[in-house]
Amino acid sequence: MRIFTTSDLFSLFAALQWTIVLVTLAIALGAPLALALALMRISKIAPLRWIAAAYLQLVQGIPLLGLLMFFYFGVPVFLGIQVPAIVAVGIAFAAYSSAFLGEIWRGGIQAVKQAQWEAASSLGITRWQQFRYVIAPQALRIALPATIGFLVQLIKGTSLASVVGFVELARAGQLASAATFQPLLVYSVVAAIYFAMCFPLTIWSRSLEARLNGAR
Amino acid sequence: MNLNFQQLWRYQDQFIEGVILTVTLTGIAAVAGTLIGLSGAILGRSGPQPVRWFIRSYIEIIRNTPALIQIFLIFFVLPTFGLKLPPFEAASVALSIYFGAYAIEIIRSGLDTIPRSQIEAGASLGLSRWEVFRHIVLAPALRNIYPSFTSQFVLLLLGTSIASQISAEELFHTGSFVESRTYRSFEVYAVVCAIYFALTMAFKGAFAVIGRLAFRWPVRR
Repeated sequence: MRIFTTSDLFSLFAALQWTIVLVTLAIALGAPLALALALMRISKIAPLRWIAAAYLQLVQGIPLLGLLMFFYFGVPVFLGIQVPAIVAVGIAFAAYSSAFLGEIWRGGIQAVKQAQWEAASSLGITRWQQFRYVIAPQALRIALPATIGFLVQLIKGTSLASVVGFVELARAGQLASAATFQPLLVYSVVAAIYFAMCFPLTIWSRSLEARLNGAR
Repeated sequence: MNLNFQQLWRYQDQFIEGVILTVTLTGIAAVAGTLIGLSGAILGRSGPQPVRWFIRSYIEIIRNTPALIQIFLIFFVLPTFGLKLPPFEAASVALSIYFGAYAIEIIRSGLDTIPRSQIEAGASLGLSRWEVFRHIVLAPALRNIYPSFTSQFVLLLLGTSIASQISAEELFHTGSFVESRTYRSFEVYAVVCAIYFALTMAFKGAFAVIGRLAFRWPVRR
């Protein structure tokens, strides 16, 4: 048994970079998929809408922990291949964030008035250009508060990567707690670090939302 | 690359028990959390300043830290104060506190949607204070928060899976147990995910039916 020292604190901050890597990975892989899902959900082609809706329902009906275990332990065994932890965890988080962001962005796109599409099409531009230059900028503004809200959810969610042995902030906390027998101190520090990341985002999201409501 | 779900049938009873425990855990946290939410929302509006300040910090701390860390804190830290809770009880407490923070925000936003003029209109019709609260404030507020409340409930249902990390017995814990016995990780986690999905769908369906039956009065002017 030893006491919690500054070197333990350093190891927590060192692990923090993996939390940030996971968040970045989830967004980098999840965002393009989310955009595709959002566009499929508003597509004129019915089967595309159904596929996207089914995917969203499925992923949102499974715990993040389940996704992690499935992609980390299940799929590699099934395929009989070795998969690096970061890949398996990255896929799970990409699936997770794409489902939630896809739904948030669809809401943003649909909140833009139908007349905007009609006005854009009367300019004689293609449907993609209509989306890209007329709808998307407005939709982004509407969906931004919820997107940042999801970012908070995602940062908290990365703590679950600890269960597959990924040494990010939560796992580093477990290790430090086991080494020092000071769970109260260690977990409070870990909670404080998460709070320091999430709270400013929460405040930002809230102020954006207030501004958006004021503008309407 | 061969699938074998046969071995899992032996553990049917464990899976069923896991489902029951998961639903129980969700139910406990939802009921306790809603009570926290109701009292928190009312005190947060009309309580004395220190109480409001306390509620505000409670909400922000819970909503901006991972539920996993909250569960660890409850489970590993309470014993240092001489209060040793078994895993399932500790998970119930932690998830109630967790759900309570979200419930306060949802209920508060529901009460905020009722304009003062509506309450005054009710009073001018000669309704008693209780009747005004029951019919003019509570009923429409419930209707307004119903969608966000039910989706928060589903998030809670899925969130109970993290109780397995302090080895509280519920569905996910069952999954890990069966996996350790059979080594069929793909099949086990596929089944566990499918059960969670089925539970989610069942609750969503039930909420849709209840919502349609409970909120039948027209709203359009």
